[in-house]
Amino acid sequence: MAVKIKSMKTEDFKDNEYIDQLVEELNATGANVAVGKLDQLINWGISNSLWPLCFGTSCCAIEFMCLGAARYDMARFGFEVARNSPRQADYIMVQGTIVHKMAPALVRLYEQLAEPKYVIACGGCAVSGGPFKNSYCVVDGVDKIIPVDVFIPGCPPRPEAMFYGLMQLQRKIKVQKFFGGVNRHEKIKDFFRKHPEDAGEY
Amino acid sequence: MSVKDIISKICPSATFEEGEILLANVPAGDWRRLAEALKSNPDLNYDVLSAVVGMDWKDSLGVVYYFTCTSRNWEMLTVKVAVADRENPYIHTVSDLWKVANFQEREVYDFFGIKFIGHPDMRRFFLRNDWKGFPLRKDYDADPKLNPIPESDEKNEDNTMSYVEDAEGLIKAIPSKVFEEHDYVMNIGPQHPSTHGVMRFRVALNGEEVKKIDVVSGYIHRGIEKLCEGLGYPQLLHFTDRMDYMSAHQNRHCLCACIEKALGLQVPDRAVVIRTIMDELMRISSHLLAFGCTAMDLGATTAFFYGFREREMVLNIFEKTCGARMSMNYNVIGGVIADLHPDFVKDVKEFLEVMPKALKEYHTVFSGNIIAKNRLHVGKMTKEEAINYAITGPSGRGSGWSNDCRKKHPYAAYDRVEFEEVLEEGCDSYARYMVRMREIEQSCKIIAQLIDNIPEGDIRAQVPKVVKLPAGHWYTQVEASRGTFGVYIESDGSKNPYRVHFQSPCFNLVGVMDLTCKGHMIADVITIGAALDFVIPDIDR
Repeated sequence: MAVKIKSMKTEDFKDNEYIDQLVEELNATGANVAVGKLDQLINWGISNSLWPLCFGTSCCAIEFMCLGAARYDMARFGFEVARNSPRQADYIMVQGTIVHKMAPALVRLYEQLAEPKYVIACGGCAVSGGPFKNSYCVVDGVDKIIPVDVFIPGCPPRPEAMFYGLMQLQRKIKVQKFFGGVNRHEKIKDFFRKHPEDAGEY
Repeated sequence: MSVKDIISKICPSATFEEGEILLANVPAGDWRRLAEALKSNPDLNYDVLSAVVGMDWKDSLGVVYYFTCTSRNWEMLTVKVAVADRENPYIHTVSDLWKVANFQEREVYDFFGIKFIGHPDMRRFFLRNDWKGFPLRKDYDADPKLNPIPESDEKNEDNTMSYVEDAEGLIKAIPSKVFEEHDYVMNIGPQHPSTHGVMRFRVALNGEEVKKIDVVSGYIHRGIEKLCEGLGYPQLLHFTDRMDYMSAHQNRHCLCACIEKALGLQVPDRAVVIRTIMDELMRISSHLLAFGCTAMDLGATTAFFYGFREREMVLNIFEKTCGARMSMNYNVIGGVIADLHPDFVKDVKEFLEVMPKALKEYHTVFSGNIIAKNRLHVGKMTKEEAINYAITGPSGRGSGWSNDCRKKHPYAAYDRVEFEEVLEEGCDSYARYMVRMREIEQSCKIIAQLIDNIPEGDIRAQVPKVVKLPAGHWYTQVEASRGTFGVYIESDGSKNPYRVHFQSPCFNLVGVMDLTCKGHMIADVITIGAALDFVIPDIDR
């Protein structure tokens, strides 16, 4: 029972062991009370206004459009501001197959997202290559090229499944350490280690 | 004089195979002479190049062309051209006679490495320029070490190659440039919200005016045709749902029909009618999405919500019977996979009542809107150009070209229903948009005639557990939501196909982007693309 969110009951979700473990790891270093409260405030803000980057390559993108339309209405959760520029988005939802020609573009878009950033692999193709796994030019799972936070299986996943995945991401964000942890700092260092040409004064 | 006689006169060494469609085997040396005659000889007059299929017959490489003659009741002709040289295979181009061949031949070059003499722009079409090997050749080395997942972006390739034959028959490679030296080139895509997927255009601009568009495709090329060669026939079917996902039923119908034709299977009448109704529902759903997206690309977000409201009704009907909202996987070889849901007839009738009222609403909010009208009157394409570029479907009919497969060679239950083939004479984006809207009415009319007369009986024919096609080749066409969709299957008698080719309508649609956008403002590129309504996975396959 590590995540306490009033509107999302823990028993309504599966895979809670994973998130419990995540919280345990994050809390292992300990955080002081003031920073902890600040963390909570910021996480509350981020998790309720998650802006996606439009990144639909195939069928899943059409189901994602249904999410935006009146019947499923993702505005209820604060997901509705779909951005076309990675600079303005919080997470990238990979909807569809990623092929060899597209892979560098996806990696670049991921790197252009501002921190904190998240990735959702939506649909069979993005999770594992799906029915095209054996093809000569398909990337079998986007987790091979960028880190993924949530996987949503399905071909294409129903809008309800997409909501479930997005809510899992919200839960994950609710427990993250924005100030308390050192993960972020390490991540930035790691990035500049890989891209020395961008390091500049850092 | 019959077609056969005329061809033998032009090319005496040609051999013929009779069948549903007449086939002519032509040596590569005579091909260019025959191609010119096919186009210009008034007794042949094959004005549409319907399909170009690259082939690898192990001992030789080659191309299979499918031609259609619109003036002789859509009579078709197949021409096979083969070359024995696997190292440097050359075939003469036909891209100057039938413009549609421009991209088709680039696709064949990409997959098989066949170079076309006289083609102005011989670059790869789907794969990266640094790709090693030609994937659809039978001896292709699929070792992932040869072509690993690339870490860097592809270099912009401005250099291209064309091959010219001189008087002595020697072939020379002549390098040339895609753009002129001082062109201002802007990049649109591959990740752009208004290209309807991952399409990339490189646009040469003159101020704000479009000078040339270079289409860079392949950002969702999944290699479906190669995957098909390793699977049994029932396993192929699901790929068609995922190519043009807005024509899932029609595409799958086409592949099933092609296999049924080869097996000589008789589909039960109930399945035939169910397939027809499903096809039309799919067409309505597709056109509703096209309406919503066209409006949204022009900045009218409300229309998008309206379109999706009705589309959800269709998806509900699909879900009850097929079990899925998209990628329905409903048609199978010999019929359909499951019987109709008990609510099906009731739901469809409810939908048929809602749809005409909704259409009236769309016309009030969007079609009649002066802003929409003024912005959509772009992208001229004459009837002759539509035929030359083989632009079928609503986009071709918007140029006044009657090309509906359901009328030209009726299949399924289309010969027992009355409907009008929608034609518009506007030749621009607005006409294409209006064809779609009027086609929704016609689809409703077809469904209304069939819904009360669904015959009782089996939903699928008896099919052997292991489907084996006899040796041979077959080509089938249906009218998908965006135009004529064709399937080519070649079998060597085993349980896997030797070659499967999908002739998708969107592939031709993207070929006219350069033609229709030339001279327009850069902002109109999005409008024209939206009205052509291509689906990218259908182009790239």
